[in-house]
Amino acid sequence: MSGPRWEHFEHLSDIGIRGWGRTIGEAFEQAALAMTAVVTEPGGVSAREMVSVECQADDRAQLLADWLNAWICEMSARRMLFGRYEVQVAGGQLKGRAWGELVDVRRHRPTVEIKAATYALLAVRQEPTGEWMAQAVLDV
Amino acid sequence: MNKALLRQQAECEWELMPTVGMRVPGLLYASEALLADMDEHVLDQIRNVASLPGIVRAAWAMPDAHWGYGFPIGGVAAFDPEAGGVISAGGVGFDISCGVRALRTGLSAAEVTARRDQLAEALFHAVPAGVGSTGNVRMDDARMKAMLRGGAAWAVRQGYGSAEDLARVESHGVVEEAAPDAVSEQARRRQLEEMGTLGSGNHYLEVQVVAEIHDKETASAYGLHAGEVVVSLHCGSRGLGHQVATEYARRMATAAPRYGIHLADRELASVPVRSEEGQAYLGAMRAAVNCALANRQILAHLVRQVFHKLFRLERLPLLYDVSHNVCSLERHVVDGQPRLLFVHRKGATRAFGPGHPELPEDLRPFGQPVLVGGSMGTASYVLAGMAGNDNRAFSSACHGAGRSMSRSEAMRKYRGEDIVRRLAHRNILVRSRSLRGIAEEAPDAYKSVAAVVEATERAGLARRVARLEPLICVKG
Repeated sequence: MSGPRWEHFEHLSDIGIRGWGRTIGEAFEQAALAMTAVVTEPGGVSAREMVSVECQADDRAQLLADWLNAWICEMSARRMLFGRYEVQVAGGQLKGRAWGELVDVRRHRPTVEIKAATYALLAVRQEPTGEWMAQAVLDV
Repeated sequence: MNKALLRQQAECEWELMPTVGMRVPGLLYASEALLADMDEHVLDQIRNVASLPGIVRAAWAMPDAHWGYGFPIGGVAAFDPEAGGVISAGGVGFDISCGVRALRTGLSAAEVTARRDQLAEALFHAVPAGVGSTGNVRMDDARMKAMLRGGAAWAVRQGYGSAEDLARVESHGVVEEAAPDAVSEQARRRQLEEMGTLGSGNHYLEVQVVAEIHDKETASAYGLHAGEVVVSLHCGSRGLGHQVATEYARRMATAAPRYGIHLADRELASVPVRSEEGQAYLGAMRAAVNCALANRQILAHLVRQVFHKLFRLERLPLLYDVSHNVCSLERHVVDGQPRLLFVHRKGATRAFGPGHPELPEDLRPFGQPVLVGGSMGTASYVLAGMAGNDNRAFSSACHGAGRSMSRSEAMRKYRGEDIVRRLAHRNILVRSRSLRGIAEEAPDAYKSVAAVVEATERAGLARRVARLEPLICVKG
C-alpha cells in the first residue's frame, strides 16, 4: 500500500478521477482532491473558510456521486475552491467538511468549470490489498 | 467501429443490426470515414436508447456522434406519452439547452480587423467567462422565478435586446409550462451570480467572418454575405441547468424500476412522461431552457454594447438562436398520423425544413438556420434544415465537431502558449484566462467539422449555407 493518493484517468470527452485510501472515507477525500486538481493545483488553495456537507444514499457508488456533486454545487454557488477534504462515512451516510477560499483567477489559474459527477464508470471498491478505491467521471 | 454490425442503407445512412430488447431500429447518419473513427460505445448506447419504452420510429445518431452519458452525444430519440413513452434526463444531458446564438454585424472583415486587438480586449472584459466569474445581473428569488418562466422574453423586458430578437429564437424565446418550483433551491442558488456569464470548457464567444457561401439564395435570406462579420455565442443554462440535470438524473434512475423500466445504464435515467417524476423533470427542464435562453439574450446585449461603443453600431440583428441539448414537445406525422412527441436532442440540433409553421415568415421558405460550432480556431457553419427531413430523425442535424482526443492527452501534447501563438499566425486572436484550458481545447483535439457538415448534408438532414472562419475567440 502506498497511502492515500489520487490520479486522473482518460475519458474521451471529459475527465476521470480516482482516489485511494485505507478507508472509504479516505478514498472519498482523495477523489475530491483529484476533482479540485481538474480545476487548479490543490496545494495552491488556502484554507480560509470551512464548509460542511451531508449526504445520504442507498449504495456506496451513489454516495460517492452525491459527495462529489455536493462539492461541485458548493464550488459553483460560493465561487470557492477547496484544497483539503475530510469525511466520515457510516453506512449510507456521510458528513464531510472542506477548507478553501474564493476563486482568485490570477493565483489559481482555474482551467475549467465542472458541471457534474456522472454515473459513467462510477465505482467504490476494496482492492485485494485492502485499500479502498473511489472513481468517477466528471462532465466538464 | 466494427462495420460488420451495420448495414448500409444509403450513402450516409447505416442501420445497426437489431438485437434483443430493441423496440425500434438504430440508425446512424455518417460518411464511411466518420463511421470508421466513431466510438464503438455509440452503438451500445443507441441500442440502449432503442430499448426504452414508447420510443417512436428509431434511435438515431448524428454524424458527430460520440460516447455520452446514457444517450450518445449526437443522439436523437422521440417518445410518445400515449404509448407509455419516457422522458430522460440522460437524453438531454448535463448542460440543458446548451446552444448557439449568432448575431450579424454588417461590418466588413477589414473594418473589424483594423481594430481587432481593441475589440478582443473589450469583449474579453465585457463578457464574464471562466471559473469563478460573476455576472452583473442582480437576481433575487422573485426575479429568478420570473426569469425561469419568461426566458429570453423576460430578458427583453429587463432591457436586454429587443422584442424583434424573439422571432429569431427557437420557440420564440420562451418555453411555456416551465415550473420554477420544480427547480431546487440549490439549483437556484447556483444561478444567483451566473446570469450573463459564458462558462468555460468548449463554450465560447467568437467574432467570425463569412468565408464562403454555399447556398447564395438562403444565405441572402439569412442576411449572410461573404466577407461580413458575425458574432457567435456557445453556452447553456449554467449552474442552474447542471444542478437540475444532476438531481433529476438521480431521481429518475432511482424511480425507473418502480415503473418497470430496466435501465441498462443508470445514466439513461428515464421515467414515463406521465409520472410524477417525469412531470417534475419536464417542468424543471423547461425552466432551465428558459434560463439558457435568457442568458444568451443577456450575453448578446453585452456584445451589442461593445460594438456600439467601438463601431457606433445601432443594431446587431439576431440571425438565430438554437439549442442542441433539449427535449421538446413537437408535432410530427408518423405513418400518416399526426402525433405529439417528446423529441430528445442531445448534441443534436433541431433542423426544421422549409415551410415549417414554427419558423418566422421571412425564413420559412428556406428552412431553419442550424448553427454548428467548430472547435477553437476552426470553421463554424450555418446550415438550413432540408425539405423532407421530417422522416430523418424528426428534423434534426449535427451540432459540432466532437472530440477526438481526451483533455488529458491534449494537455500532454499541447501548450496553451503555443496554440495562442499558432493561431495568431493565422490572424486568429484568442483571449482566455486559462492557458491550460486552451491546451485542453486545442483545435486538433476535435474531429473535422467540415466532414461532419458534409455528411449531414449528404444524409439529407441540413444543407450548408455558409462557412464562418474565426477572427477572435474568447474562452472561459
